[in-house]
Amino acid sequence: MSHQSTYTPGNGFSRWMDERLPVMRLVNDSFVDYPVPKNLNYWWTFGAILSFCLAVQIVTGVVLAMHYIPTTELAFASVEHIMRDVNFGWLIRYVHSNGASMFFIAVYIHMFRGLYYGSYKAPREVLWILGVLIYLLMMATAFFGYVLPWGQMSFWGATVITNLFGAIPLVGEALRTWLWGDFAVGDPTLNRFFSLHYLFPFLIAGVVILHIWALHVTGQGNPAGIEVKDPKKDTVAFTPYATMKDAFGLAIFTILFAYFVFYNPNGLGEPDNYIVANPLATPAHIVPEWYLLPFYAILRAVPDKLGGVVLMFGAIAILFVLPWLDTSKVRSARFRPLYRQFFWIFVAVSIGLGYCGGQSPDKILIPVGEGGFDVTDLSRILTTYYFLHFLVLFPVLGLIEKPKPLPESIAASVLESHPAKS
Amino acid sequence: MKTKMNDISRKARIAALAAVAAIGLSFLAAPVEAAGGEVELKHADWSFDGVFGVYDRDALRRGYKVYKEVCAVCHSMEYVRFRNLMEPGGPEFTEGQVKALAAEITVMDGPDSSGEMYERPGEPKDAFPSPYPNPEASAAALGAAAPDLSLMTKARPDGPNYIYSLLTGYVDAPEGFDLAAGSYNLYFPGHQIAMPPPLSDGQVDYEDGTPNTVDQMAKDVTHFLMWTAEPRLEQRHRIGFQVMIYLVLLSGFLWFAMRKVWSDQH
Repeated sequence: MSHQSTYTPGNGFSRWMDERLPVMRLVNDSFVDYPVPKNLNYWWTFGAILSFCLAVQIVTGVVLAMHYIPTTELAFASVEHIMRDVNFGWLIRYVHSNGASMFFIAVYIHMFRGLYYGSYKAPREVLWILGVLIYLLMMATAFFGYVLPWGQMSFWGATVITNLFGAIPLVGEALRTWLWGDFAVGDPTLNRFFSLHYLFPFLIAGVVILHIWALHVTGQGNPAGIEVKDPKKDTVAFTPYATMKDAFGLAIFTILFAYFVFYNPNGLGEPDNYIVANPLATPAHIVPEWYLLPFYAILRAVPDKLGGVVLMFGAIAILFVLPWLDTSKVRSARFRPLYRQFFWIFVAVSIGLGYCGGQSPDKILIPVGEGGFDVTDLSRILTTYYFLHFLVLFPVLGLIEKPKPLPESIAASVLESHPAKS
Repeated sequence: MKTKMNDISRKARIAALAAVAAIGLSFLAAPVEAAGGEVELKHADWSFDGVFGVYDRDALRRGYKVYKEVCAVCHSMEYVRFRNLMEPGGPEFTEGQVKALAAEITVMDGPDSSGEMYERPGEPKDAFPSPYPNPEASAAALGAAAPDLSLMTKARPDGPNYIYSLLTGYVDAPEGFDLAAGSYNLYFPGHQIAMPPPLSDGQVDYEDGTPNTVDQMAKDVTHFLMWTAEPRLEQRHRIGFQVMIYLVLLSGFLWFAMRKVWSDQH
């Protein structure tokens, strides 16, 4: 749906500029005249919300970096300096730390939206893969960032995660030492994590540009899962239609954001991270931030360390090949009665894995005799289901499912749900 | 009719999803702290709770006195400075009071122009004094290192209620409990705590006539410790309320603007 440019320079200067660097043409074609399907719902506003989150994290992060000191001796104290002495430092830091959580809430909704409406299917495979890459970079960035305040969870989280690389046969030990820059998590580790935490958001921004470029080549998917046939009837101009809708969605989202920043700023964090890192005292339970918990549950579900690491990374890697695992020709779950049910089961399984990741693995859920059904047992069932969903359900459902009839066009599907009011 | 049904079921689905997300989040955020199977904490009515929560100045001042006369004997408070005591949103002592409080301590400063270190009276810029030079010295003297108190109410789950419960949770060890050392506390994980009962009735003289019971002193010092951990809480609540009003109004305007823009489409 790469559309013909409709930009006409309005005055002498813009004509002059257009012949040299047509940046106004690019902006006009990408964010003003760009045609979007007119049946997009609010789940499609999360792209704009995510751009906002990235911008917020970069702006607040740059200011925090002006005051933060990446040494094990002073990191914790410099964060407290920000909270106490820097003008509105508490606000900037709480926006940044809760901003990470908001970023992940938005990205999970965005990804589940993609899964529900089949946004990864041809011709949008590359668009989807770039998205998964952004998600992977986000997790790395968040992990580096969580280490920086140098609290107990920072230190022990970094220790647990970097130790995973030690499980790799032959080169594991050497690789781990190389990552640490030392023989344990220490000053060199903290300093390089700070450097990478500053670098990665710009990598994300770069991939975001590719993601949007790919989006503008194929055009947006939409809830009906059918392509635009007649741009005049099926689409509206990005501005003002999509921009206004995105702005409203974003405003609602910032209310949730502001609730956490102002009224529950530590609600999504671990109290242990307000204790300065102590390599001699292991916390009773080492847990990552909530957005990494499902993968932590998968890691712990496997009795073998290397196996756990492979499955954990496999759980993300499998997303890259999803476009080729799904055999259904129909994109939207609206017209896939079987897949729609399994989608919701998958959502529940993902949340269940998140719950498991946050609990002590030997916590008994259903007592039976001496022991019982514990968190590890539940994690194993849910992990198995997670992989079955991708490796079995996606290929099989497409073959056995009888989809509902698709609407004739986007315009027709809009008229079906909104019969002419006047 | 069909449209309406569609509309309702769509709204229901969105509501259901939001509910699932909220429950999911609260599950995930509910940390593992319950794992110890500890006794449920006592809950006090804190004036700093809630959307409009503010600190009680008198409680902060009494709490500071308890901290200074009792806690500070063993615990450090390295992130709080005397000048913080006169800042808005805290105990708000006068500048004169703060200077006098700071001058009670002696600070090692220097080197001076001849390269010598020298002692001087404390000034408002100085941090609260630490009773021990490092955690090792604290552990050697007390049996276990007394943790720094600056952030204590944020460093424990449900911090304020935990500190309050802990300070008032000293009881005799139950029959058969093997208390190897220290004291028995209802709320401490594992119940065996190195800190002896710090408070006793009448221990700290209150100048404002408030009864100086263990319960009252525990509440006051917890109030003070909440302020040391979160000195910008009042500013946060105030700005938060303004931001919320702004965002709700903005959302409203954007809603109507969007409806207007889209009105030629359906």
